[in-house]
Amino acid sequence: MATRNISGEAIKELAQIVGSAHLLTESLEVSLYEYDGSVETGRPDLVVFPGSKHEVAALARWSNRHRVPVVGRGAGTGLSGGALAREGGVQVVFSRMNKILEIDVENRLAVVEPGVVNLDLSRAVASAGLHYAPDPSSQKACTIGGNVAENAGGPHTLRYGVTANHVQALEIVLPDGEMVRIGGGAVDPPGYDLVGLFVGSEGTLGLVVEITVKLTPLPESVKTLLAVFETADDATETVATLTAAGVTPAACEMLDGWTIRVVESSIQAGLPTDAGALLLIEVDGMREAAEEQAQAVIDLCRKNRAREVRTAQSERERETLWKARKNAFGAVGRVAPDCYVQDGVIPRTRLPEALRRIGEIGRRHGFDVGNIFHAGDGNLHPMLCFDHRKADEFARAMAAADEIIALCIEMGGSITGEHGVGMEKDRLMPLLFSQADLALMKGVRDAFNPLGLLNPGKIFPGGKGCGEIRIPAASATEGKRGTARVDEAGGSGPSGADGALRDRQA
Amino acid sequence: MASEAPARTTSLTAEAEDQGHYRDYARCVHCGLCLNQCPTYRLWGREADSPRGRIRQMFLVSQDEMPMSAAYVTHIDRCLDCRACETACPSGVEYGKLVELARGRIEQEYRRPPIPRFARNLFYRQLLPYPDRMAKLARLAGFYQRSGFERIATGSGLLKLAGLEARSQLMPRIDRKFFSTDATRVHEARGIRRARIAFFAGCIARMTFTSLNEATLRVLQANGCEVVVPGGQWCCGALAVHAGFRDVARDLARRNLAAFEQGDFDAVITNAAGCGSTLKEYGQLFGPEDKDHERAEAFGERVRDVTEFLDQLGLVSPLKREERRVTYQDSCHLLHGQRVREAPRRLLAAVPGLELVEMRFADQCCGSAGVYNITQTETALELLRQKTQHARETGAATIVTANPGCILQLRAGVKLASTGQEVVHVVEILDRALR
Repeated sequence: MATRNISGEAIKELAQIVGSAHLLTESLEVSLYEYDGSVETGRPDLVVFPGSKHEVAALARWSNRHRVPVVGRGAGTGLSGGALAREGGVQVVFSRMNKILEIDVENRLAVVEPGVVNLDLSRAVASAGLHYAPDPSSQKACTIGGNVAENAGGPHTLRYGVTANHVQALEIVLPDGEMVRIGGGAVDPPGYDLVGLFVGSEGTLGLVVEITVKLTPLPESVKTLLAVFETADDATETVATLTAAGVTPAACEMLDGWTIRVVESSIQAGLPTDAGALLLIEVDGMREAAEEQAQAVIDLCRKNRAREVRTAQSERERETLWKARKNAFGAVGRVAPDCYVQDGVIPRTRLPEALRRIGEIGRRHGFDVGNIFHAGDGNLHPMLCFDHRKADEFARAMAAADEIIALCIEMGGSITGEHGVGMEKDRLMPLLFSQADLALMKGVRDAFNPLGLLNPGKIFPGGKGCGEIRIPAASATEGKRGTARVDEAGGSGPSGADGALRDRQA
Repeated sequence: MASEAPARTTSLTAEAEDQGHYRDYARCVHCGLCLNQCPTYRLWGREADSPRGRIRQMFLVSQDEMPMSAAYVTHIDRCLDCRACETACPSGVEYGKLVELARGRIEQEYRRPPIPRFARNLFYRQLLPYPDRMAKLARLAGFYQRSGFERIATGSGLLKLAGLEARSQLMPRIDRKFFSTDATRVHEARGIRRARIAFFAGCIARMTFTSLNEATLRVLQANGCEVVVPGGQWCCGALAVHAGFRDVARDLARRNLAAFEQGDFDAVITNAAGCGSTLKEYGQLFGPEDKDHERAEAFGERVRDVTEFLDQLGLVSPLKREERRVTYQDSCHLLHGQRVREAPRRLLAAVPGLELVEMRFADQCCGSAGVYNITQTETALELLRQKTQHARETGAATIVTANPGCILQLRAGVKLASTGQEVVHVVEILDRALR
């Protein structure tokens, strides 16, 4: 739904910037950018495919001049609606900017354009014995630009850290079209750590046009173990035991019984469908160390009543196990038309209790809740299956989801571990942050993005940007999803700037 | 050759098959894991030319929420139907089935411009279903290729001038002698008979890949198979299904069902992955209420690709040493359509001395895709250029694949890039090692 009046003149200018072949204006084509991997939607008015960073800078100047929002997008695999144009405007799709610009094997660095696919980078450096460590489940499709925006994690986050730990420097385009380089070579660069600030800012601080990432040596030895448990409690207690014993694997993923059965029907990885839970544990390092650690893991699993602990015997077997894990969310499409994948964090020592209570919440709302998650760092991904065509299922699913997130917070956790806030969790922010916390964050955003033209309506409760009623942060959670829109055709006046100001005072 | 056209048994308007496929579409959770596996998405980076975007468009059209516009038809036409997205899809969306149904509806309801409409009708309705007409056309083309006309056309720069040089490289070389399926033939097994199988010879392949068909018979016989070539068989209908001519495909299917029901066979074998995939899915052509549905399903279950079958049966014929480096290009309809990945590789590994070097992106389409290289030549040639590059990088003397269409395309590729590599089918490698 076109929500904005963008003048014919302005559209012509846009065509001059990127070339008319790289501009979509027809409603059919544009409508295909209203979704991503989440359950949210938000339709842009126009879509552009810039071919260079200079074109991106020109796009920013255009946006500034015409007061039209711009929203970056990689492959659209996000799970929180981070790349959706919630308030319309221009979708900037980075699929043409997909070149690996430089690979520096000696310094273990690579310079890439934002549209480079995560796994393509790892493949390109594999022959040099390196890889790009952050491995979100969507890594065969998602882009590094999107990973930077959302500070993406992945199973191996446990040992290797999230995207933020692997970005050395960035070149970004600010809303006024200025291009700046942040970060650099030194371990502790002088001045503010702007890279740390920028990674995970969900497209609200600037558009990334070039990324210098750190490459990590491939471990000499990798052992992948599959521990089979009769009950979810045994599996979660194993995770707590591993933590207590100081054993930190490279990855530690858990699948509950429901999820095992759904995944196995999709992948045929040979998972035991009668099991109560599985732990997929990977240890890596020098050969002897990996073997020693694998043995420690096996012993602890057995101690916690593991029915069986298998070790992958070949690279192919290992790939199959990971495929089962990484395809899990999609596999749910086999059992229900819609799947809401949540992203909450709890202290990993409280996993058994958390899972029990999530199951209870699901039952109360009439849903099966599947659980597959990064157990090692307490990052839960409860999956709620529903059918949006059935009267109240969407509403019930969202109500259950909110209760689950409230539970995470109550247990001392967080509302997102890696998917980002996006438009999914903006209204939950006040549950975690005080007014003062949020005001500080908004101050940061406004310093970069004073007119609110970059990815408006994200992160902060009550939407953000032009033409929106400002809802004081504290009351936002009582409101409905989304915000009331007063002036749908607006966006060309200075109201955005005013809004930002009012925000700061709120 | 039988000169009768199959009787028209289904009216065009009797089907609205893709209505009500809500459940099929709803499997897509728009996770996007298919995007980077799709050749056209990789080329253009457009959602409208990605599996996820095409599913969304097909869904909206099937639910009558979107008109069948020219833009929609273009995006669906541009799909290679390589089904790499199916392999990538964790939700099990049957993309091939959906796109074929969508094309069926386009064929019924959308009016193409006069020239393509005429050409499509001519080929799919007036030529493809008639073995005698196809044979006459092939003889004519063979005359052009052998008489010197082609050499003149190429040498004089006429083809280049007309922009047809690359396209003419994609044309199959017509054989002097065609592989006959007029009457049923039986080829005895060598040694102890281990299986009795029926061989599916194809349509265009029968006139352009006679030697491949003969090599296939030899390899099967050498491994203890009695091979029957049932008379009366003809085109599997894959090209028609992919183009949306489902009624033509159904008529062809009925003809083949009748031909292969003449005897009791352990399996129906094809050396063409594209045909095999359609033959295995004959059941999809007939709705559950159709009297032929069960027959078609039962037939489909007996179909095996020759590599799949030989791998399961196990090779017993001694193979001589062949010092050679080869690379294997997965045929999409074998890998993605039939999920056969290891069998051809294992067969190659069985040849002593043969070194198999994997190329990058072996699982990505070469651009052949049935008649895609004729209807969407530019895209097909770009994919071919990439493929040729990846094949060249391996340093292999031979590119091996498992489908005549892919062989044609890859031969054009190595010729255009002058890499000097040969392109053969897996069974041709085995056949050479027999002697």
